[in-house]
Amino acid sequence: MNKKIQPIVQALQKDFNAKVEEFRDEVHVFVMPEQIVSACQELRDKHGFTLLSTMTAVDYCPSETPRFHVIYQFTSVTNNLFISIRVPVDGAQPVLPTITGIFKNANWRERELWDMFGIRFEGHPDPRRILMPADWEGHPLRKDYPLGYEEPQFTFSFEEIDLRKPSAKE
Amino acid sequence: MGVEQKLGNMGIVTTTLEQVVNWSRTRAMWPILFGIACCAIEMMCAQDSDYDMSRFGMELMRASPRQADLMIVAGRVSRKMGPVIRQLYDQMPEPKWVLAMGDCASCGGVFNNYAIFQGVDEVVPVDVYVAGCPPRPEALIHGVVTLYHKVNGEKMKDWA
Repeated sequence: MNKKIQPIVQALQKDFNAKVEEFRDEVHVFVMPEQIVSACQELRDKHGFTLLSTMTAVDYCPSETPRFHVIYQFTSVTNNLFISIRVPVDGAQPVLPTITGIFKNANWRERELWDMFGIRFEGHPDPRRILMPADWEGHPLRKDYPLGYEEPQFTFSFEEIDLRKPSAKE
Repeated sequence: MGVEQKLGNMGIVTTTLEQVVNWSRTRAMWPILFGIACCAIEMMCAQDSDYDMSRFGMELMRASPRQADLMIVAGRVSRKMGPVIRQLYDQMPEPKWVLAMGDCASCGGVFNNYAIFQGVDEVVPVDVYVAGCPPRPEALIHGVVTLYHKVNGEKMKDWA
């Protein structure tokens, strides 16, 4: 582990009783959903991680519960440090408090997570879909969402193709 | 068109009228300034000086659909973009044609999933499909010339 990030990780472990995993140079700190707002506040104010680089999620269905891991990646520009905060979120009612008050760029990231995974964020100022059309049903990046694959039709007959293909009306 | 209904099939007069109108339509067909994705780069290349599309009448691309005849759908069309394309198509005045440029506009291309229309003919009726990923400017020009052949063969009773 990078020497400079060691004290920060220890402070997080002490304050939030967090589990730490390491992979090569990456540090992943596991935090509970209730603690995420205070953890982000502490990272920004006390440890100088002023940039939320990425916010994404992973769906581990059906192999693991809790099903979703929401991953926040913070960058400290002044110290050149990177840290990842992972939050395990339950699959039945995935809810997290929003960190839009602390990092403004979490606004669109949280909209993307709502659109793609169905993870709600309480207190989000603009909860609507961002990538799919507004009336779309379903959350595409979940593991149990169908691929939307169209079968290739191995035929040259136009009548057969027209039967199975939706086409525009004039 | 009203001419044929009023005059009846007057033989050589209406045939020559068809030829003249179709000739004039192909000589100055203005596309919409509308490139969606990577195929738009090739469309720009076709418009450039090396593969000049101005010699086919497409001297300029009109930004407003009200002033355009041809919609070249250049690129993949996502589910969110579909209603936009349909609205632009509806705003074009008759006569209008659609050229689906590239694999994604013709059949969904490499994107066989929930987010991309499998062919823009699910949204607008297409006249000519140009294959390629992206089609070379010469292929796009071939598609335009094919469209011109189609327009030259249009009969008066099929006009708007």
